[in-house]
Amino acid sequence: MEIGLQHYLIISAILFGIGLFALISRKNAILILMGIELILNAANINLVAFSHFGGIGIDGQMITIFVIILAVSEAAIALAIVLNLYNHFSTVNVDEANTMKD
Amino acid sequence: MNYSTVLFYIFALITIGSAVYLVTTKNIMYSAVALFISLFSIAVLYILLRADFIAITQIMVYVGGILILLLFGIMLTRKVTEVDITSNALNVIPSVIFAVGITAILIVIMLTTKWNIRAPLNNEVTVNQIGKMMLTGYLLPFEIASIVLLVALIGSAMYARKSKQ
Repeated sequence: MEIGLQHYLIISAILFGIGLFALISRKNAILILMGIELILNAANINLVAFSHFGGIGIDGQMITIFVIILAVSEAAIALAIVLNLYNHFSTVNVDEANTMKD
Repeated sequence: MNYSTVLFYIFALITIGSAVYLVTTKNIMYSAVALFISLFSIAVLYILLRADFIAITQIMVYVGGILILLLFGIMLTRKVTEVDITSNALNVIPSVIFAVGITAILIVIMLTTKWNIRAPLNNEVTVNQIGKMMLTGYLLPFEIASIVLLVALIGSAMYARKSKQ
């Protein structure tokens, strides 16, 4: 059976679901970040698959590059926030960081 | 059943399996390694989609950059004396139901929609086209992306150090 567009779309849907599960069920802030990375990767697979099978040329891959760039800056800033969270609360569990002022 | 089909199924299974292991294991270090494997096999999927530049970018940026950042984050945010780096979950049953529901809805939508599929363009190398697009059609987003990266770098370096008070 020929691998078509829908195979890639189903993989990205499953990855999105797993990332969503990590995003809403885990307490650790770094695992939440990993869930966000999985969701962004699911979107990237969709973009590249449509760029390949849609016959629209290279535009999907260009958007993928910008998504990767934004994911890098998001990860750097989010880890800086996580480090600050750890300095303030001595934990990275997001359910224990529940005060707005120390 | 040619080789690329077999490769697709193998790496799709590795991607999904290691992502499932990422969210089910208790140890955060194992989660980071599972994320590494998952991102690497996603790069193989990009190669199967004839997107070689994206695959190399994925390996260099995600595996070489973001994953190292995440490992630093894991190791900096635990006490040295603390042995276990476990992370427990919260509201497991509702979030499983929610995630499985969203995934099922997405899969049904993707299987029932009539996609406008054309014959795949058999480009040999995408690097030339991406380079041309970067300097013509996508020049403004390219420059803005460089500024965003600079601002994110300076901002995170400033924000991550301890305040001197």
